[in-house]
Amino acid sequence: MTVKAKRLSAEEQRRRLEIRATRLREIVTTIILTPLALIWVYPFLWMVSAAMKTNNEIFRAGTNLLPAEPTFENFQRAWVQANMSQYFLNTVAIAAGSVFIVVATTSMMGYVLGRYRFPGRRIVIGIFVATVFLPKGYTIIPIFELIGNLGLDGTLFGVILAQSGGAHVIFILLFAGYFGQMPKELEEAAIVDGAGFLRVFFQILLPLAKPVMATVVIMQLIASWNDFLLPLVLTLPRPELRTLSVGMFAFRGEYFTDWSGMAAAATIAIIPIIGVFLTMQRYFIEGIAGAVKS
Amino acid sequence: MTVAQQISIGAPIQHSRSLRQRIADNRWVYLFMLPSLVLTLMFTLYPIFASFYYSLFQWSGFTSAPHYIGTLNFSEVIVDKQFYNAFKNSFIFMFCSVPIKLSLALVIAIVLNDRALRLAPIFRTMFFVPVVTTTAIVGIVMTFIMSPFNGPINMIMLDLGVIARPIDFFGDPKLALYSVVGVEIWKWLGIPMIYWLAALQTIPASLYEAAEVDGANWWSKFAYITVPLLKPFAVIIVLITAVGTLNVFALAMTLTGGGPYFASEVMEVYIYRTAFGAANSLTLPRIGYACAAAVYFGLSVMVMATLQLFGARWANKERAGMSAAETTADGE
Repeated sequence: MTVKAKRLSAEEQRRRLEIRATRLREIVTTIILTPLALIWVYPFLWMVSAAMKTNNEIFRAGTNLLPAEPTFENFQRAWVQANMSQYFLNTVAIAAGSVFIVVATTSMMGYVLGRYRFPGRRIVIGIFVATVFLPKGYTIIPIFELIGNLGLDGTLFGVILAQSGGAHVIFILLFAGYFGQMPKELEEAAIVDGAGFLRVFFQILLPLAKPVMATVVIMQLIASWNDFLLPLVLTLPRPELRTLSVGMFAFRGEYFTDWSGMAAAATIAIIPIIGVFLTMQRYFIEGIAGAVKS
Repeated sequence: MTVAQQISIGAPIQHSRSLRQRIADNRWVYLFMLPSLVLTLMFTLYPIFASFYYSLFQWSGFTSAPHYIGTLNFSEVIVDKQFYNAFKNSFIFMFCSVPIKLSLALVIAIVLNDRALRLAPIFRTMFFVPVVTTTAIVGIVMTFIMSPFNGPINMIMLDLGVIARPIDFFGDPKLALYSVVGVEIWKWLGIPMIYWLAALQTIPASLYEAAEVDGANWWSKFAYITVPLLKPFAVIIVLITAVGTLNVFALAMTLTGGGPYFASEVMEVYIYRTAFGAANSLTLPRIGYACAAAVYFGLSVMVMATLQLFGARWANKERAGMSAAETTADGE
């Protein structure tokens, strides 16, 4: 009896030691990781802080992140004088347009590839697989030429179309996989009720694919918001159509000494996309992880 | 919409029908593929072939008429010192960035994968935030942060006494390329970190528990469980990351613009400069010539992508073999 009690307490002791070791490990890794993680976000902290300082303070006080007297005057200067308001609207319009087109086209393509067997299916899959392996190198020159030939140079629609035109193989695979595993009974019942091809897709299956749609929306939104080369080349003749990234790049030379104004402009451009990411983080990370898993 | 077509929805291939009949039955399917196919043909496939075609012309500016010159562009590009310089820089970039980025991402992923670490989701988000931010704008902000004139990094290092005088990260020809590599690693570390985390999560916890019962320490668990089980994923992750590292236009353009004196000019900046002309350059744009350079570069990327194909196949085989072994071990 006493032997058994002793053994139990020994086991109890071992478990307590183990828990203590785990806690210790947690504390040590947290202490090591915290400064590293802070270094990782430091540029954004500096950016927001500089946006609320005067140029004088940035150069004088240097590394202190807290502004002495926070000012919002820089934001006003960037938004109005530097035209960030216009660039912001352009970026939103391009992102909205390309997200809409990409979700529509990739969901339709994924739907038929994942759910139907039809003549030519292998050829279509072959085309998409080939786009992954064909040399992309630098396709910007023909794209510029093509947009010009379509009469879309110097229009926002040209940028939208060019952005939507990437092959988006991962999005198609995500949709195809998701639609492919849905039970057949879903549409069979609807067909008996007289629903056609379009109604089956738009009213029954597409609404069920919301998780994949969320992933595609946020990934394309971030890709479009951050795009640089396409809008840079396609808005060369029309400065008023610049996106945030192209606009910042263009007036960098002009305002090079105005650090606080540039920091405010950068904050205006970057904080919304960080906000979107933080609220829809799960979907984005799932999309990225999907590239390795599939 | 016909009844026959509706019934064929989701049905397996019906060999009894003629091909024409089957195509007619599936007309909605073809209609659904049309938008995506047209966009892909226009903006992905056509440009690849058009680059080859344009590279056969002498063509200065999109307003002037192209003039056929055969393969002259190709023979000129291959001996162009600036092309060689940019090509070399692109690959130096890749060979510096990929190993550092992947090993750092692996270490962080392993630490974050520890269930004991309750703050792991917050750390993961912090390491991932740079990935979603606008590259070109981050590049401009980094030129301030790393500036030799009152840039906070130099100020902090001066205050700490690490350096005696400010470092000109992007202005020193010896440093510029590596400074861009550094920023690139910081910016994109989150992506391989997520890849590694996804791979780590496929390793069943029961394996570690069994090893612990056998008295395995941290290192032997890492060497005999983690490493072998990550190997098939590692091939894919290395190759995806390597190809991704060749697309650094936005960072290279905003951090250094290829300078000073072309010291950090990578392939994409070189092609952009040749085709569209730098704002302050006096030379005429040479579109055909830039296309020839793009074709060379594209072909070398394709060689890498082919390696990726073989690597992925090999990895899949490995993974399939492994999961088969796992199933038998579990007795399922």
